[in-house]
Amino acid sequence: MISKKLTCIECPEGCRLTIDAENSKVIKITGNKCPKGESYAVAEIENPVRILTSTVLCQGLSLKMLSVRTDKPISKSMIFEAMKEIKKIKVKKSLNAGDIIVKDFLRLGVNLIATRKAE
Amino acid sequence: MIKRDLVIVGGGPSGMAAAISAHENGVKDILLIERDQYLGGILNQCVHTGFGINYFKEILTGPEYAGRFIEKVKSIPDIEVSLKSLAVRLTNDKTITFLKPGKLETIKAKALVMATGCREKTREMIHIPGTRPAGVFSAGLAQKLINIEGLLPGREVVIVGSGDIGLIMARRFALEGAKVKAIIEIQKESRGLLRNMVQCVEDFDIPVYFNHKISWIYGKDRVEKVSVVKVDNDFNEIPGTLFEIKCDTILVSVGLIPENELIEMAGVSIEGDRTSAPGIFVCGNSFKIYDMVDSATEDSMLTGKLAAEYIRNL
Repeated sequence: MISKKLTCIECPEGCRLTIDAENSKVIKITGNKCPKGESYAVAEIENPVRILTSTVLCQGLSLKMLSVRTDKPISKSMIFEAMKEIKKIKVKKSLNAGDIIVKDFLRLGVNLIATRKAE
Repeated sequence: MIKRDLVIVGGGPSGMAAAISAHENGVKDILLIERDQYLGGILNQCVHTGFGINYFKEILTGPEYAGRFIEKVKSIPDIEVSLKSLAVRLTNDKTITFLKPGKLETIKAKALVMATGCREKTREMIHIPGTRPAGVFSAGLAQKLINIEGLLPGREVVIVGSGDIGLIMARRFALEGAKVKAIIEIQKESRGLLRNMVQCVEDFDIPVYFNHKISWIYGKDRVEKVSVVKVDNDFNEIPGTLFEIKCDTILVSVGLIPENELIEMAGVSIEGDRTSAPGIFVCGNSFKIYDMVDSATEDSMLTGKLAAEYIRNL
């Protein structure tokens, strides 16, 4: 059994969590002030995930760069591969915040969405 | 001279919140002036998540948070938005002068809300000695270059200070393929939120040197390297601890200062939560530096309400 200390990143509170785990399975979590800490701790042990945010190039629009994000968290280990893919994207038509730019991004089961209106 | 009921200077989250709230509280004639070509202020370049947890009970990026207020402002015909409009003069009788394309306009307002945000502390303000090469940026400027202009201002980066913007930019540079060689913090712990130490620094294995400072910046045309030295708790350099880091870029992230030039120009001072001039209000980061935009929004909503009450009681 291992005991690991983590800082929860779900909100600015930054709860200090203590996680007891065995064979990559969480047994006990303490230190969290809300349920988000629990799901965060489980994910950190079993498969750490992050929402990826970045920008993509626009062409023929008033914005030069459009801010984007994955609509759900992706595995931390995929982040640099995702960045490579994001750099290849060019947005040429108007979009609203929330519109999908790439569906099922890198077959990760998440969409890459615009976070700003681009005209 | 043109007369308006309420003029709000600054179309960032605080100015927009004040405008919306003043309207909700009965003000029918509102002019919101913004120097940029878009509403949203600094949030437009804060493409990372972490906004809206308290106010919207969901996690949004900066542009998403701003976008919700922009849509709301645009849906209220009583709020006139004047973009590319830079306020240049304020007097204590609530007269404001601003430049907009092709025009200098002066308006006498019944009430004014100043929501002019803040500015970053610079290298000069913290006295980092050395040469004066290109490649020294404030963290927020680097953020604008990357996220708005699509330019990467450096490949080997050293960050001075561990404020949130610096930590967020450490991750942003790392994501863009630059090498973030060090974060140098003179204090013994981070000034930023713990979550940013985790998701921006630890996630990308970026070395952080607490109790350290840059003792010299080297480079003729462009930054070439910095020397770093350990300091004691009184910030005195500890002999024998000096080492060098090769880099082409230095980001300074050592704090923010409320931007109140116009208020000062008018001879108006900020006293507690109001100003010395009745009918002139200050809100958002120009009032005090906020950790979270959610709190700035809530306080600015109150400012909008106070401005509406002031106008009603005239």
